[in-house]
Amino acid sequence: MIFRHIIAPILFFTSGTQHLVAQVDSSLFRTATPDTDSNVLNMDAIYTRPYLVSGNYPVAIGGYLESNWQHSGTDGVSEGHQFQFRRLTLFFSSTITRRIRFLTEIEFEDGARHIAIEFAALDFELHPLLNLRGGMILNPIGAFNQNHDGPKWEFTDRPLASTELLPATWSNPGFGLYGKWYQGSLMFGYETYITSGLNDSVISNSQGRTFLPAVKNKPDRFSGNGNGEILWNGKLACKHNKLGEIGVSAFTGIYNTWQAGGLQTDFKRRCSAWAIDYNNSIKSWGTRIVGEWVCIRTEIPESYSQQFGAKQHGGFVDIIQPLIKRPFLHWEQAEINLAVRLEYLDYNRDTFSETAERIHDETSSIVAGLGFRPSTQTILRLNYRYRLQKDLLGNPPEQSATISLGISSYF
Amino acid sequence: MYCRTLKPLLIVVLLILFGSCEKLQPEAPPDNSILDGVLTELSLLEQTRHLKGDQSFNDKHFHAANGLGPGFVATSCGSCHAGDGKGHPFSTLTRFGQADSNGNTWLEKGGPQLQHRVLPGYQPEQLPSGAPFAKLIPPAVTGLGLLEAIADETLLMFADPFDLNSDGISGRPHWNTVPAYVQIRAGAIASHDRYIGRFGHKAAVYSLLQQTLGAYNQDMGITSLQEPSDPYTGQKNDPEISQNEINDVVFYLQTLKAPMPRNIHDPEVIKGRQLFNQINCTGCHLPELKTALSPINALSNKTIYPFTDLLLHDMGPDLDDGYTEGFATSAEWRTTPLWGLGLASQSQGGKVYLLHDGRASSIDQAIRLHGGEASNSRNGYLKLTGQERKALIRFLESL
Repeated sequence: MIFRHIIAPILFFTSGTQHLVAQVDSSLFRTATPDTDSNVLNMDAIYTRPYLVSGNYPVAIGGYLESNWQHSGTDGVSEGHQFQFRRLTLFFSSTITRRIRFLTEIEFEDGARHIAIEFAALDFELHPLLNLRGGMILNPIGAFNQNHDGPKWEFTDRPLASTELLPATWSNPGFGLYGKWYQGSLMFGYETYITSGLNDSVISNSQGRTFLPAVKNKPDRFSGNGNGEILWNGKLACKHNKLGEIGVSAFTGIYNTWQAGGLQTDFKRRCSAWAIDYNNSIKSWGTRIVGEWVCIRTEIPESYSQQFGAKQHGGFVDIIQPLIKRPFLHWEQAEINLAVRLEYLDYNRDTFSETAERIHDETSSIVAGLGFRPSTQTILRLNYRYRLQKDLLGNPPEQSATISLGISSYF
Repeated sequence: MYCRTLKPLLIVVLLILFGSCEKLQPEAPPDNSILDGVLTELSLLEQTRHLKGDQSFNDKHFHAANGLGPGFVATSCGSCHAGDGKGHPFSTLTRFGQADSNGNTWLEKGGPQLQHRVLPGYQPEQLPSGAPFAKLIPPAVTGLGLLEAIADETLLMFADPFDLNSDGISGRPHWNTVPAYVQIRAGAIASHDRYIGRFGHKAAVYSLLQQTLGAYNQDMGITSLQEPSDPYTGQKNDPEISQNEINDVVFYLQTLKAPMPRNIHDPEVIKGRQLFNQINCTGCHLPELKTALSPINALSNKTIYPFTDLLLHDMGPDLDDGYTEGFATSAEWRTTPLWGLGLASQSQGGKVYLLHDGRASSIDQAIRLHGGEASNSRNGYLKLTGQERKALIRFLESL
């Protein structure tokens, strides 16, 4: 059963592409409509994507790509023109039998430098309010981690809070439950998972600061749980059709390797994060607002360096205003959007014990964007980011600016 | 209609964007407003080496997996010398164990430097009770290659150990022993198998290679071919840094530019400079020195303005912490180069922490804390009017 519904289709679609193209008329494929447009929460992002299906074949496929040109400079020093193939992501989903679904997302980043299974899970629907999910799970912390597809966003770069405070597209092996309930214009959803996930890299990394994204760099994190500790992760979300969706999420777990070979080598140290996210569309203006704020607490060994922050926080808010929405160059649903993103991160909210002064290590950024969407699935975007980065001591900030022109599209 | 308008508009916008993207980015700050920067006249190959050293010095953070500790003070070179400038109390070093020229007698107790930070699972070192010690704030690292390129004979010209000219200043070179791995410079002058040290607050260090290896070892717990003993465990380890990387970092330090003065035509600055000469601050803070021939062309035969004589001076009891290095007395300190003084706050978090341990929070306070051989100059400063002192400080801030 597993072979027929999961492995065989993947092999079929990946290894036999040329044959398929030669033999099958592409018009036989049709785009599967996402579940529904109105009764979805951020947590449904993995399913609310355009998929291609063919006849009665039990597998749907999809994906997206992102590619950019960037020119950035810091304090007068520029790396020149950068052409980046950021990522190619493939989705495969399959309904194995009633109430059992499989979905996977495989990502190729920066050419083939990073290849990752970002999501691969089986969902068992026991009741709309009680679904069991197991496999490689995208941890529901904030909104971006689960809803990160490039074509959905007006900016070429991911939010700093989601890449430098939290690990973006952070997935871990584990199991959990999720469910949704709605009545009228009100919707409620929850997710709770136990996974592996954290490791010593949180405070032992090449950044020289508390840096959760470094946990993704451990190559053996999918084959075992280094410290044998559970990471608990949960999210509650509530959506009102007019007031928007608000989500509250958290995770907590021991991050360090505190025992090895039956011997205790360190004390257990915990890392926890809380996030609040919000998104809404103001129907009369068409304005979309997306935002996320995250707070992280990490237990730092007392005699480790103060440059490793025990408290961190940061977030972003995106405001997107459609300017023009009308047929353009034969694209029926073309749209031009103006967008702005405001971001702030504080990697270290502590104070120096020597001077009782505030530790800085913070960054802020403003991004202005112009996006052209020939259809809802494709975006051509032009961004300008201005960023200030202060070091630990709060010395005059490093100033940088980046101009980006990028494309991203589902296919 | 839209198509007809938008298409050419889009093309024009994109052309402007590609053509002017450099103009939309932040400009480089003026050379004289920052400390970091490379010497001019380097060859392309030398610039490449400088860049490699820059990356190791400023961007590389050590951690448990690449050799940090287990005991350490800092995780990178740049965390003590932000922007290549002076350090902050956060990165202050504590050296201990030596009170006189008989050497460090507390090596068995963890000397000569306290590693008060440790990797998880280890206990930090404690300052042994009764040990002589001094707290030392990391100095700026710009212009060090030029200071290294000054000939020994030039320094000896300014030495006056017996105060034969009766100006109250008796600077002397720090003749110190050098480790076997240190390559002695061509033309170096020896005295009883000892050579003139010129780096560190006590001028106990002979060369930038020795300074770099010592900092990797004592500040970060990184062992090397030349310094194989881990300072925390005392055991010999495999090298945790390659010789190439060390050489690149040394080259980076050698080829950092000299700090550049600002507002030199400001009448108040000009007046301040005259007062600086008048009260004989220049007796130790020599404005001008010349470099000798150097294997690095850009360092050879240059006239530089570091405001130091690189000699040891007795600074009086207030600055005597009871700790010393090499053959200096505990009251003796090397004349700190004043170039870059006006930019100190840019690397110290907006404030200044001056003198060897950062105890002075302003230039005025630092001058008032001068004693010993500097007493006459300090007294001269105290006799100046308020306006004159302001001009003198304005001059120092222009450096």
